[in-house]
Amino acid sequence: MSVEVRVPTLLRPHVGGGASVSSDGATVGEVFQTLIAQFPGLAGNLIDDDGQLHKFVNVYRNDDDIRYLEGLDTKVTDGDVLSILPAVAGG
Amino acid sequence: MASADPEFADPALRLCVADYRTIVAHCYDGLPDEACGLLAGPIDEAGQPSGAVSVVYPCVNADASARTYTVESRDLLHAMRDAQSRGEDLIGVWHSHTHSDAYPSDTDVRQALEPNWLYALVSLKHAEPVLRSYRIREGVVAECEVTLVDS
Repeated sequence: MSVEVRVPTLLRPHVGGGASVSSDGATVGEVFQTLIAQFPGLAGNLIDDDGQLHKFVNVYRNDDDIRYLEGLDTKVTDGDVLSILPAVAGG
Repeated sequence: MASADPEFADPALRLCVADYRTIVAHCYDGLPDEACGLLAGPIDEAGQPSGAVSVVYPCVNADASARTYTVESRDLLHAMRDAQSRGEDLIGVWHSHTHSDAYPSDTDVRQALEPNWLYALVSLKHAEPVLRSYRIREGVVAECEVTLVDS
């Protein structure tokens, strides 16, 4: 499955500067593994040491937060758009 | 463009009066919790904002807290899409400090991830609200001028 991944400004230096990249996989996790293989700098920014989605990252499949779907096991189909969003937070 | 006042870092945050009022009203509406929102505007090829704000997006504070804020991710998604659909981008975030000054807290500095963003603070500590703007890079805070312009 070919999907578009929208990358926040913070992570763009790791993917060659672009706002979005194409990647492949049947699930969000597979898409991320493909991306990380291509852009190793993304590794620690997307997935934590336990293999879970990084706490400070939110991922949407089209209009849906994948935390409320099946997390990294959320299936993707051709043409889906995955948006990676950093946590914007403070105190 | 250099700031007129050497004490200020670039760029100046340029906000129309209507947007300023939207920000301040959202901060009061959020009491007793902190309120937050996003700023969109033009950026150059290097990703640097000019400082002009074209849209302000009041957002939900997902923390629903008087001490911390997290911009609701769905609001962030929609604001980002809207800004990019106009060929602009998000250029910053604002949030309120309900009982402290308009200066980034330690938590704000630690969690400021975007070196190109403007971090605006609205203090509701006194009778009159105070809005100030900062850049936060690698833990270093630099204040930027705030200019209100007629819309």
